[in-house]
Amino acid sequence: MAQAVVRDIDKNDPGRGLDLRKLGMWTFLGSEVFFFGALVVTHLSMRGVVAPSASKANLDVAGVRNMFGDNVLTSILAFILLTSSLTMVLALDGVKTNNQKRFRFWLGATIACGVIFLGGQVYEFYHIVHEYNVTIKNMMFGSTFFFVTGFHGTHVAVGVIWLVSLLVSAIRHPERYNAGNYMAVELGGLYWHFVDLVWVLIFTVIYLI
Amino acid sequence: MATDVSTLHHAPAKQRRGWLEWITTVDHKKIGIMYAVTAFLFFVIGGLEALLIRLQLGSSQNAILTPEAYNQVFTMHGTTMVFMAIMPVNAGFMNYFVPLMIGAGDMAYPRMNAMSYWLLLFGGIVMYSSFVFGGGAPDAGWFAYAPLTSTTYSVTRGMDYWVLGLQLLGVSSLAGSVNIIVTIIRLRAPGMRFNRMPLFVWMSFVTSFLLIFALPSITVGITLLFFDRNFGTNFFLPAAGGDPLLWQHLFWFFGHPEVYIMILPAFGVVSEMLPVFSRKPIFGYEFVAYSGVAIGVLGFTVWAHHMFATNLGVIADTFFAAASMLISVPTGVKIFNWLATLWRGELRFKTPMLFSLGFIAMFVIGGISGVSLAAAPFDLQVTDSYFVVAHFHYVLFGGAVFALFGAAYYWFPKITGKMMSERIGKWHFWILLLGFNLTFFPQHMLGLQGMPRRVWTYQQNQGWDFYNLLSTIGSFCIALATLVFIVNFIISLRKGAPAGNDPWDAATLEWATTSPPPAHNFDVEYIVHSRRPLWDNKYSGEGRGMTINYDFHPHLPPPSFAPIIFSFGLFVLAYGMLNLASAPLIGIPIILVALAIAFVGMNRWVGEIAQDPVL
Repeated sequence: MAQAVVRDIDKNDPGRGLDLRKLGMWTFLGSEVFFFGALVVTHLSMRGVVAPSASKANLDVAGVRNMFGDNVLTSILAFILLTSSLTMVLALDGVKTNNQKRFRFWLGATIACGVIFLGGQVYEFYHIVHEYNVTIKNMMFGSTFFFVTGFHGTHVAVGVIWLVSLLVSAIRHPERYNAGNYMAVELGGLYWHFVDLVWVLIFTVIYLI
Repeated sequence: MATDVSTLHHAPAKQRRGWLEWITTVDHKKIGIMYAVTAFLFFVIGGLEALLIRLQLGSSQNAILTPEAYNQVFTMHGTTMVFMAIMPVNAGFMNYFVPLMIGAGDMAYPRMNAMSYWLLLFGGIVMYSSFVFGGGAPDAGWFAYAPLTSTTYSVTRGMDYWVLGLQLLGVSSLAGSVNIIVTIIRLRAPGMRFNRMPLFVWMSFVTSFLLIFALPSITVGITLLFFDRNFGTNFFLPAAGGDPLLWQHLFWFFGHPEVYIMILPAFGVVSEMLPVFSRKPIFGYEFVAYSGVAIGVLGFTVWAHHMFATNLGVIADTFFAAASMLISVPTGVKIFNWLATLWRGELRFKTPMLFSLGFIAMFVIGGISGVSLAAAPFDLQVTDSYFVVAHFHYVLFGGAVFALFGAAYYWFPKITGKMMSERIGKWHFWILLLGFNLTFFPQHMLGLQGMPRRVWTYQQNQGWDFYNLLSTIGSFCIALATLVFIVNFIISLRKGAPAGNDPWDAATLEWATTSPPPAHNFDVEYIVHSRRPLWDNKYSGEGRGMTINYDFHPHLPPPSFAPIIFSFGLFVLAYGMLNLASAPLIGIPIILVALAIAFVGMNRWVGEIAQDPVL
């Protein structure tokens, strides 16, 4: 009888029915929103600062624009990163429908997108430092640029490690994730979507406006 | 609530003995005790630093401390009291009592809970190790204004230790807050709806949200500072185009909610104790709960009242002054609710009650000086003077510390199964009340007479000798009161009278179980029907407050080494980061070792989750 009472009460108290881990993930992501918020505000408040700078180029904001070209590279990278959200959804769908092959294929694709994005970012950093002589030290734009994109890149790298460990664990224990147990995949996915979403903000604020 | 538990079955988790039991524990009660004891040790250390400050200022032109040592001592006093004493003692009480009060078996993530504690301890060690390895402790004040934090003005490595210690403490608080939030949303006993939760749980909930939204701001701030000091950036250095005010914004966007992070749990415990010792329900439960939420929300809109002196402009000053004054409305609502709870109550002046009443009186004084400081023109007159020091000590010592001492007396019987001595407890209260007012009330006058805070010494002809002497005498009374508390604690632990389940005849669920509670907290599941389950069962009729589900099988994860190994990895990482810029050949190997340790911990952790899916 008591069990029936508990079930009845749970119906009126949806909080007690939520998944424990998912709830924690959402709470953590709420905190991350404020973390990237503070980073972006730092960039916005400092982006106009040009002097005094030790950079040979001594670029103003308009000059800085040139080093991104027409944003072709970054736009392609943004496209790849956003695509990886789609592949992540497909991977989760694969595990939810018990299709291990589909799950692993799309998870692998998501990891590949993440790695390509990181590679592109490394290339871009190298290019900016060596061709335009803009570093984290020598001008304020460089400081905030590398700081904000660097922290985002670190988040992508953590995401890649996370997804790789999921993939490794899925290959070593073929039936570990299945239609009845996919929360670990969903949590990785939540984090991954968040990191992708943040890039939309950072791409807009740093590269477009 | 006597129930026959002998027939109930609980899977006993494999237990370790001795000190390993504490190192590997994932039990929220043991973790709560470790939090509280560690925080109290830091409170004593911070208190000794305060005594040094008061000795130095006891008379004019004193030279007990060098100016450099004085800077380090007041910086460490503030940092210690805020981050390593009040916050973790709050976290300790939350850890111990939130699950008990909502009828849960443990926190949502027991292993992560252990990690939060270890990171607190390691963070404190990192910060204090600066005295030994850093060439000197942090010395730019607890709010570390730029450009005082630059390598030009803060020449030792102290501020780097400060940053890395705070990073560890920040991770600790963030993980702890996520844990509390999820625990409260997800693990409430059946029928323990939000509007039936004890007010301490409500305030813990609000506090945890404040932490997860406020911490990122200081995390970004101290990371920028670390880059400035180590990697040649100029975020806060005006000579190179940086902006010191950016630091103030990032710091106070965290720092003001931080004030409520420290005081809201105190509001919570007082809201628990007053009804019990007034023998009547809290007056206006909803108002007390929702005014706490209102304080939390408004707390994010007032940070720049710490920055009136930075010339933000009339519009901004007006906004922040008005928003700050607005906060006194929900705070006043709480005060009047507490007074109305006392009104026509059957008051019992036990030690927890004395501390609760002391809290109300002292907090009101601090609140009134606070509202006056919210007026920008007045603030400009007294900013950075001892008036401000007096104000926030009335709020945080007269407020938070009084309430937390009360909570210690109130919950000691539950935690240990023994009563604390009432006689010594009353001595403790009265000496503390006297010493506290003797220390901090004269500081109002000193501030109005123009004595700036953070000065190393002052001249005889400035007329500040008398009040400073009073203040110094008072600080030793506080030290004496703390000694009395320690004596009471030790004597009561050894010879205290047995407490029984419910020594205060209280209303909330933590008193339904034994003192101390078993590892799984409750032998049965309580189905809650009211805000005061124990009282309503006792005084309104069995079953009115709560009923019992005997078909209950709590599950606890086994002890684990993973949290301490992982935390230790982060601890070592801090020392690697310290050497990364100055001595990369030392720093990089340390970082690699640290990451390896953290990886070992994480790997164990993930393996344990696979066995037992509780984080």
